[in-house]
Amino acid sequence: MSITKQAGSAGGRTGDKVFSGAALGAGVLIMVVLFAVAVFLLVQALPAFTAAPADVTGGRGFTSYIVPIVVGTLIAAAIALVIATPIGVAVALFISHYAPRRLAQGLGYVVDLLAAIPSVVYGAWGASFLASQLKEPYQWLADNLGWIPIFAGPASSTAKTMLTAGIVLAVMVLPIIASLCREIFLQAPALHQEAALALGATRWEMVRMAVLPFARGGIISAVMLGLGRALGETMAVALVLSSGPLMASLIRSGNQTVAAEIALNFPEAFGLRLHELIAAGLVLFIITLVVNMVARWIINRHKEFSGAN
Amino acid sequence: MSKRIDVSDLNVFYGDFLAVEGVNITLDAKSVTAFIGPSGCGKSTFLRTLNRMHEVVPGGRVEGSVLLDGDNLYADGVDPVLVRSQIGMVFQRANPFPTMSIRDNVLAGVKLNNRRISRSDADALVEASLRGANLWKEVKDRLDKPGSGLSGGQQQRLCIARTIAVKPDVILMDEPCSALDPISTLAIEDLINELKDQYTVVIVTHNMQQAARVSDKTAFFNIAGTGKPGKLIEFSETTTIFNNPVEKATEDYVSGRFG
Ligand SMILES: Nc1ncnc2c1ncn2[C@@H]1O[C@H](COP(=O)(O)OP(=O)(O)OP(=O)(O)O)[C@@H](O)[C@H]1O
Ligand SMILES: [Mg+2]
Repeated sequence: MSITKQAGSAGGRTGDKVFSGAALGAGVLIMVVLFAVAVFLLVQALPAFTAAPADVTGGRGFTSYIVPIVVGTLIAAAIALVIATPIGVAVALFISHYAPRRLAQGLGYVVDLLAAIPSVVYGAWGASFLASQLKEPYQWLADNLGWIPIFAGPASSTAKTMLTAGIVLAVMVLPIIASLCREIFLQAPALHQEAALALGATRWEMVRMAVLPFARGGIISAVMLGLGRALGETMAVALVLSSGPLMASLIRSGNQTVAAEIALNFPEAFGLRLHELIAAGLVLFIITLVVNMVARWIINRHKEFSGAN
Repeated sequence: MSKRIDVSDLNVFYGDFLAVEGVNITLDAKSVTAFIGPSGCGKSTFLRTLNRMHEVVPGGRVEGSVLLDGDNLYADGVDPVLVRSQIGMVFQRANPFPTMSIRDNVLAGVKLNNRRISRSDADALVEASLRGANLWKEVKDRLDKPGSGLSGGQQQRLCIARTIAVKPDVILMDEPCSALDPISTLAIEDLINELKDQYTVVIVTHNMQQAARVSDKTAFFNIAGTGKPGKLIEFSETTTIFNNPVEKATEDYVSGRFG
């Protein structure tokens, strides 16, 4: 009796050891890979930072080269999130709390499917279909709202502009946000939803009292994941945007993003140009890191009231 | 204000499954009624039909009528949201909103439907409700702390405060003490005794002593077997149910000779 017991616990101990060893190994491996990537980027980027300003593309140093395309990247991502966040959250809420169960299942499936479409397909769709549909609206915007800097004319005749790229990015990140938010909304505790209903809350009030506050951190995470995709998206932007110098108007051709800049120029690059592009990659890497840290900070700030305790 | 409830020929379904059958019962105003019975006999299910919470469950529906001072809760055009603001509910597991402070928890129901309330009125209502739930002394210095930071018994009293803050006519309680220690249980039982001066109280409990201590009348529910619907077996004064019940099943159950 005691012998079998010991054997059993010894077996459990071996299992524990194997598992904790494997977990530790995996953790260390991730750190090593991340570290190696960072070191590679830094070493390869260094020449671009130290090069004479006149040698850098644009002829006025690395900062003047990188700032416009970083701003372009942020603009594209911002447009995408401004459009996709409210729609994504609304779609998720509809699926989780409003739609009849059959419809919700079908819709959930469609959303997951949309998230799996490769970005080059979205890019092709944006360039060949969406852009042609947007020519007239852009013309209208330029004619009627042209006094707002972001809608200043003349509107691009191909409509391959920043706004179009932003809309394509929005369509791409929408399913990510919607699908993650749906999962989170479905996990909102029934206990508190019933409490709200029993107090005489309407369905929308219940959502506001017992679903959205609970899902707050999750929504932010979902948006950050969407933002990550929008910042790093290469193909869709490269196909949709006819790039140019930084400008405020979103309906004229112009602007560029870091990821598209790298993708379009990398094949022919050598020497200093290659270092420049890698340095641009490093900058993108840092932006994503900062964005994620800010998101964590926002989520943690409200821990006390998060319901986790 | 306190109102009475008349239930007639009520059948309660989950989809096609008849969970509770043919209930006729009258719950008097300003009294405490206890529901007792073995697990699965439909006490919770029946209780939840009294404020139309049953239909929140997918497939949940009822036949028959529930009258609140003569008005049928299930008549066409009656808004369940309104019904629930008149008939409050306290759940088995204390469920204060974790994202809200103690104060906001108390005001949660009051602020619904876009109702506005001035700061001083809100303060007065928070204090009155917390006093009404015997919780004021314990939390008055930390009204802005999250409600989830209280002990289980305090959380349950917070839920009661939240329920009485909307001034309902009836308060339904589904095993409100089953997760609490004896001291907290006593605190809540005392509270129930005070609540009946103003409210119609209905309480589901597995604890016979508790039913005997707090209730004026007791309803015994039973079930013939798994898959069969639960039924109301006997309903009368609590002393009658516990001392000389009419039905054999009731006597067996209250004397512990069940099954
Ligand atoms: N959501 C549901 N869907 C389908 N059937 C349900 C659901 N909830 C309860 N039931 C069934 O209804 C019957 C009554 O359940 P109910 O929870 O009302 O019993 P109860 O008397 O409250 O039991 P307990 O004392 O254990 O709380 C049971 O047969 C149960 O399986
Ligand atoms: Mg129950």
